[in-house]
Amino acid sequence: MPKFEVVPILELVRETPTTMTYRFRGDFGGQPGQFLMVWIPRYDELPMAISYLGAVKGITVHDYGDATHAFATFSAGDRIGVRGPYGNAFRLEGEKVLAVGGGSGMASMIAAIEALAQQGARVVTAVGAKTAAELLFVERANSAGEVHIATDDGSRGFAGFAPALAEKLVDREKFDQILTCGPERMMKAVVDFAKKRDIPVQASVERYMKCGIGICDACSLDDQLVCLDGPIFTAEQLAQFEEFGNFRRDKSGRRVPA
Amino acid sequence: MVDLRTEIAGVRLRNPTMLASGFLDETGGSMARVYEAGAGAVVTKSIGPKPREGYPNPTIVELDAGLLNAVGLPNPGIVEYEHEVKRAKKAGAVIIGSVFGKDADEYAGVATKMASYGVQAIELNLSCPHAKGLGTEIAEDEAAVRDFTRAVKDAVSLPVFPKLSPNVQDIASFAVAAEEGGADGIVAINTVKAMAIVPELKMPFLANKFGGLSGPAIRPIGVRAVYDICEKVHIPVVGVGGIGSGRDALEYIMAGACAVQVGTAIIPKGLAVFDEIVKEMGSLLEEAGFASVSEAIGVAHA
Repeated sequence: MPKFEVVPILELVRETPTTMTYRFRGDFGGQPGQFLMVWIPRYDELPMAISYLGAVKGITVHDYGDATHAFATFSAGDRIGVRGPYGNAFRLEGEKVLAVGGGSGMASMIAAIEALAQQGARVVTAVGAKTAAELLFVERANSAGEVHIATDDGSRGFAGFAPALAEKLVDREKFDQILTCGPERMMKAVVDFAKKRDIPVQASVERYMKCGIGICDACSLDDQLVCLDGPIFTAEQLAQFEEFGNFRRDKSGRRVPA
Repeated sequence: MVDLRTEIAGVRLRNPTMLASGFLDETGGSMARVYEAGAGAVVTKSIGPKPREGYPNPTIVELDAGLLNAVGLPNPGIVEYEHEVKRAKKAGAVIIGSVFGKDADEYAGVATKMASYGVQAIELNLSCPHAKGLGTEIAEDEAAVRDFTRAVKDAVSLPVFPKLSPNVQDIASFAVAAEEGGADGIVAINTVKAMAIVPELKMPFLANKFGGLSGPAIRPIGVRAVYDICEKVHIPVVGVGGIGSGRDALEYIMAGACAVQVGTAIIPKGLAVFDEIVKEMGSLLEEAGFASVSEAIGVAHA
């Protein structure tokens, strides 16, 4: 793809009270799990998961700060800058795959869930969120396989965290691969229960980014770069990291508790 | 085998390549990785007295002409940075600590702490083209370059290398000022002040509007600067600007540089770029009949 392009937004789709999907035409490729650096003119440029591949791309964004809040007021026709796709992709391996998504983490995984289903794998997804209203991409995951739901407040499905639900699922059925994306504490719990059962894990990690292309060092996780070496790391890699689940870097590069 | 070892004011390097400041050098883990990939030394991110977030994004954009950035000197502050230097030192890296501040006292204070962490030399970022009150004005004032260099020299017992801006009328006169201030070497050049505008959005790309250009486009500017500087000073010079191959590095060496720094070329080539440059330099020097890189330093002045 060209290194940078400006595209008009075709459509905005409200997914949950705090999550919006933006669709736009993009001739560049992209694989499940990769991200784009998205420029919200006058506000910020942020890494965002590609939630729809194909000719009409989609990014799905959790509204958590000033820039994403401003982005939520954009309309069809408004223009944004995009560059990418960047980062590695989920390896689409396994006959029986378990996906464990927490909150907006589903945005990074949904394309992989659909691609796995398309190549004939059985995909079981454990979707977690704080409340029933915040559950993301339940229907899409359901069309790709089987869905189990967990909410922190018990308003729908299993009352509790997604990893606790997922652990029940692996005890019921044998999976040969686990994908996960969500809060780091959640992913750490997934990695821990998978290790006990010897199931390979691919986890998509999030960090603050500036360049997206592997030079500024803002997104480093130990000696790896989330933008270039990641965002997807295996459980074996994560086990080597002192910082995973413990520390992240703030905008100045200081190590702060995760 | 051509001897590729080099030395700058007593700092011995296994090869003439260094990681340029601002690339993969905010964390000790990354610096260790770059050193292990083959760099002769790593220069740290420019570190100031306090944590600093830098500018909002967009801060970096790849253009046909090169890389344009205005990150705004983000850094964790000199106190926190001790952890990163220690981590890189564990890997055996030769480390040059880059520092900045708003006045001579701040430069000297940060350099003193940096020196205490065990770095081998201090680079003075006297030339960041886009951070207000931090380097820009200094870069354009010969007396400030001399005085700030002097202040840091008085504060530390390590070699001190001011890094100069190309955004001045006559860069060689700034090198002379640095030498008068007691500099042990010169690093040239920093990025070239530049801007990119996005026509569809009718606005500059960078949140800071303008920034600094790096990459192949600025190599001839850097080579000329190093050549001019070497005509005027008696201290060693480190060349930087658009180096991505052994041939590029030799341009700087033959202009008079005794070592080179590499940054933007990491984007297309990855960390293998250091090894590639060193190998290519070795074979080019051998073909030209040189026994060592030091024999080739400044030969274009003949």
